[in-house]
Amino acid sequence: MTEARAQAAIAAGVAPTGPTAGVAGNPLFEYLCRMGDDRLVLGHRLSEWAGHAPILEEDIALSNFALDFVGQAAALLKLAGEVEGKGRDEDALAYHRDENEFRNVLLVELPRGDFAFTMVRQYLFDAFDVLALERLVKSRHEVLAGIAAKALKEAKYHARHSGEWVVRLGDGTEESHRRTQAALDALWSYPSEFFVADGVDAAMVEQGIGLDLPSLKAPWEITVRETLTRATLTVPNDPRIVRGGRLGRHSEHLGHMLAQMQILPRSHPGAQW
Amino acid sequence: MTWTPAEIRGWLDAVKDPEVPVVSVVELGVVRKVLVDGDAVTVEITPTYTGCPAMKVMEEEILACLAEHGVTNARVQTVFREAWTTDWMNDEAREKLRAYGIAPPQHLGDPGLVTLRRNVPVVCPRCGSHQTIRQSEFGSTACKALYTCRECREPFDYFKAI
Repeated sequence: MTEARAQAAIAAGVAPTGPTAGVAGNPLFEYLCRMGDDRLVLGHRLSEWAGHAPILEEDIALSNFALDFVGQAAALLKLAGEVEGKGRDEDALAYHRDENEFRNVLLVELPRGDFAFTMVRQYLFDAFDVLALERLVKSRHEVLAGIAAKALKEAKYHARHSGEWVVRLGDGTEESHRRTQAALDALWSYPSEFFVADGVDAAMVEQGIGLDLPSLKAPWEITVRETLTRATLTVPNDPRIVRGGRLGRHSEHLGHMLAQMQILPRSHPGAQW
Repeated sequence: MTWTPAEIRGWLDAVKDPEVPVVSVVELGVVRKVLVDGDAVTVEITPTYTGCPAMKVMEEEILACLAEHGVTNARVQTVFREAWTTDWMNDEAREKLRAYGIAPPQHLGDPGLVTLRRNVPVVCPRCGSHQTIRQSEFGSTACKALYTCRECREPFDYFKAI
């Protein structure tokens, strides 16, 4: 795609696709939005459990998770705004972008479902997150490497906690096993989107900033399959590749979530308390 | 009028963590660097946890503290490198935590190796017993886990080692 066509596509609100997607714009900005949006959307989904989790300890744990993810998102989107250089800060990016400008993977925007669904989704994400952050700690971009080092400490806690729950629920009662297996069946194809690299990723790898996503697939699968086996769960045979979120093409769920997340700053721009 | 970074660090020892009001932002290791350039002062801080809501309060209180000492041209900058670790807390700060009823963080040793499997028991800050059990890895704030002492039966917070 030529730069002019890509710019026209962006202006029309249609994200360009193909190997040069996003390169015509600012790949680092795009990259940071992808990372930030994963965390912002997942953090918001987790926050929906506040006051609703099955036990008090989990209510607190999920709120803690949510805080970590929203905090990481704020740091990444702040940096994205600086890289973009158009005066947008983390709040402008979080609250004043439309659905098709969000770059999160589809996995994180799915409604929270039951507790088993939330924990399986969380574990699939956390297992990837630890691997990705371990590599990003070595990024040539010093601020990004710093954020990754901080986030990695949190991610290790997350992965342990969500992994323990997947095992406990899978290898639990008949009902918890049934629900966890159902969640896994519904979710299994989604993480494939983590490992799809496009022009943005290629540019970031070339500059020593980003990581080689496809290379994470094998270690991720080894870790996850080991946990699922311990959880007595059956790994689904679902070869579908899910994608779209990184290019701004989302499921119907994200719009509803953003409506709730963004209504206050959109109704009262600049409101303070 | 000019100040030395050491002098400013001394002032900032009065700024406490709003959620753990017995340790200061300096003792916590949240204050990383103090830079003085003429009358301009920059305080570099690093978050304990990226989403810690207390960071904003600490930032405001640092600025208020500097203003009290006549520094009007001050700013607080958040840095992520090096990532904050509880190993930066000295023995004195740990003892203050314990006296306040929070079990201090265990030493990690090499900050690069965050070990997640802990075998060393967390000691009850009230009675000193090693017979404690973890109720939840996530407690009242991002930095704490919830424990109970089997001997004195008291629940207590443990400042997680990261």
